[in-house]
Amino acid sequence: MSDTQVNRHPGLDLGYVGSGEAEESKVFGFWVFLMSDLVTFGLVFAVFGTMVGATAGGPGPEEVTNLHSIAIQTGLLLLSSFAFSWASLAMKYDASRWRFLIWFSVAATSGLFFLVFEVLDFHHLIEIGAVPQRSGYLSAFWALVGLHGLHVAAGLLWIWVLTLQILKFGLTDRVKSRITRLGLYWHFLDIVWIGIFSFVFLAGVA
Amino acid sequence: MIDLFGRLAWGELKLFEFFHAPSIDTAVASGAAWMAVLGVLAVMAWLTVARRWGWLWSEWLTSVDHKKIGIMYMVIGFVMMARGVFEGIVMRAHQTTALDGGVLSNTHWAELFSTHGTVMIFFVAMPFITGFMNYLIPLQIGARDMAFPVLNQISLGLTTTGAALVMISLVVGAFETGGWTAYPPFTGADFDPGPGPDYWVWAIALSGFGSMFSGMNFAVTIYKMRAPGMSFMKMPVFTWTALCTSILLIFALPPLTVACLMQALDRLAGFHFFTNDLGGNMMNYANLFWMFGHPEVYILVLPAYGIFSELTSMFAAKRLYGYTSLVIATMSIAVISFCVWLHHFFTMGNSATINAAFGIATGIIAIPTGVKVYVWMATLWGGRIRMTTPMVYMTGFFILFVIGGLSGIILANPAINWQVHNTQFIVAHFHNVLLPGLIFGIFAGVHIWFPKAFGFRLDERAGKITALLWIVGFCLTFLPLYLVGLMGYPRRSAAFDNPDFVPIMIVCMIGACLLMAAFAGLFVTLWISIRNRDALAVPLGDPWDGRTLEWATSAPPPPWNFAMIPHVNERDAFAREKADGQPYVTPERYEDVHLPPNTAAGMVVMIATTAFGFAMTWWIWWLAVASFAGMVLWYVVHSFREHPEVTIPASTVARHHKAWVEAASLNPGVTRDHENDTRNRGRAATDMVVAS
Repeated sequence: MSDTQVNRHPGLDLGYVGSGEAEESKVFGFWVFLMSDLVTFGLVFAVFGTMVGATAGGPGPEEVTNLHSIAIQTGLLLLSSFAFSWASLAMKYDASRWRFLIWFSVAATSGLFFLVFEVLDFHHLIEIGAVPQRSGYLSAFWALVGLHGLHVAAGLLWIWVLTLQILKFGLTDRVKSRITRLGLYWHFLDIVWIGIFSFVFLAGVA
Repeated sequence: MIDLFGRLAWGELKLFEFFHAPSIDTAVASGAAWMAVLGVLAVMAWLTVARRWGWLWSEWLTSVDHKKIGIMYMVIGFVMMARGVFEGIVMRAHQTTALDGGVLSNTHWAELFSTHGTVMIFFVAMPFITGFMNYLIPLQIGARDMAFPVLNQISLGLTTTGAALVMISLVVGAFETGGWTAYPPFTGADFDPGPGPDYWVWAIALSGFGSMFSGMNFAVTIYKMRAPGMSFMKMPVFTWTALCTSILLIFALPPLTVACLMQALDRLAGFHFFTNDLGGNMMNYANLFWMFGHPEVYILVLPAYGIFSELTSMFAAKRLYGYTSLVIATMSIAVISFCVWLHHFFTMGNSATINAAFGIATGIIAIPTGVKVYVWMATLWGGRIRMTTPMVYMTGFFILFVIGGLSGIILANPAINWQVHNTQFIVAHFHNVLLPGLIFGIFAGVHIWFPKAFGFRLDERAGKITALLWIVGFCLTFLPLYLVGLMGYPRRSAAFDNPDFVPIMIVCMIGACLLMAAFAGLFVTLWISIRNRDALAVPLGDPWDGRTLEWATSAPPPPWNFAMIPHVNERDAFAREKADGQPYVTPERYEDVHLPPNTAAGMVVMIATTAFGFAMTWWIWWLAVASFAGMVLWYVVHSFREHPEVTIPASTVARHHKAWVEAASLNPGVTRDHENDTRNRGRAATDMVVAS
């Protein structure tokens, strides 16, 4: 048994001896889910890649990219992920839940503002007629950026629900295990955003 | 009022079509709708009369026991197979009359081949293999349940949703007409604005999530929950094939989901992924679909290979020859299956270089499959073979599947593929691999593990007759299609103009009738067996001198599977115990068993997603929003509740286990020669040489 414990998820420390048997499976299962989700994103990236030129005379990468706003969004999302890692450390080493909750709310707030900026960008696109019905390129653009945005929105819902659970139950083992998985999800979305930032926006205007 | 029901109107009900415009065509359509409705009503009436609603709810629908979930998957598979077989018969009947016409309308014909393919692949084959994996994986690896029992139930709910939507399309509206692959732009909003393609999209997308979750669940279970000592190379072969299938499910379902949802965006929101105009590109759909579709072939057939591997060594009473080769072959197939998808559309404008690369990859994937055939042959060689029903299926599989595989090698050559593509030759090929490869494996598996699940064997005589009917029926129905295919009969064509095809299609029709009889034979076998269940009872749980851990339990196994988690030192753990003379022992002390509690999660997901899929098909937006939001809300509220585990006290476990061990030690055991008579109570008198 002892040699299997070495291979456990390093972020998993629920604070008592013998913990982690069931949690280990859950965290591992969530990694597997993320792997599958990454394939989904990869395919949408691939479809986007084949459709970069399919603008059908409509707005192209130059028109839909607002690098100023994208820079802010990237900063917000990175900040959010950074705050989440501090929250994870607080969960692991701090008995009080308040330090955790402060970092957790920083993560949630910057995630929310990321979405606000993204929605404003989309609103602008509608105004200039860069709607997904206009061309294959715009369909793929909206689907890829939108899919990431929907993931972030789902993650925000998850953060809020867990915040309520922490206020109600405290940092119990069950809640800690859920936070561990949410953390994986949240950092995963950051990595996907790096891809979108590079291949959709930067490469679009380069 | 109109808005409340979206674009749904009374005229969409298929039930009364025949009375408005009587013809053979509408009689088939209305008849099928009435059969679906009356079937549901009959089941509901029986549940009410027999006062079984409470039993159904608490024993089955809310159960998270992997064994019950597995059995429910099998039930879905058989119900949907009834529809698929009926459709096959109707299509064959049409084809005998299809010289310059045919009894069915062109649209109805197209709906039939589309639903037949969709139903058979997604709602017969998939539930069958998922059912087997559910039932067997935890038992074979010595675990008490899946890693995620509730998610397992949710997967079943999502599969049921897909099946339900396809069944609803029989009664309300129409199904799509673009085949099981549903290629746009033919199925796009421009050419088919009706509900048919929407039914397809939502049935496949929603059940696809279920399959992906199943794959995750099985993979995590196999990786994390094996009994102590069971290293990877000591796992039973079926578990190995299940692991490879699970990995395929995890990676191959996302392309299908992406294709479906993009198609949905095209149809509902006017996107341009696969349209003809404004930069849409249909080839993206073809690539996405077959990136799923080809691994899907192996998702389906690998567990069947696992069953054949188990049964050859079981009924030849030998250790499996070449276990390591078989494992490597299975893994190779899993990996290479992602490198061949393009052979499904050699003719759709790829360069010769690309076609050659994928043709070579396709040829290569036949090598590990060939390795398997040799492994099974070598296992049978020199064994003491008992010609039981599973072995009859195995024999049919051996000969027919090799023919099907060889026709696949022919098709791997792009030059030949160009000649026969889109003809009945293709139809012959994939039925030739799927029926003998997958379906024979499933039925053989049912004969082997039915006694484990229900505590009594299936009647051998009826089983063998049924197996022979399947084999002969298959040969008559599908082998002649190679011939008409080479003669140039296009597939999916409602009519033909060559009179030479007619006699061949009549032979096919006779074969289809035999297959219908074979399908009925399954239920006759079941009926005879239920009537003789006392004579056929095998409560001790090891009727076939089994080799793996699932046979080291009573039949049916208790909800906790194993009184104590077994320790494994070798492959074929139970065969080893029997050879050492220590198969049935009681431990010094028993411990409490903790099991997950029943939950309605799967039913909530099933009802909500069915409503969602139906609403999206008929543009009933309020229902779509309400069902989706309701499901999310239910889940959020649910996550706040405590779900205490059910504790089975050690005394209960001890009582059950000791009674079983005592009964087993009192039983003299049955030798293989008398395996099929009433002396077989599930205790094998083994004379097995493990090191053979």
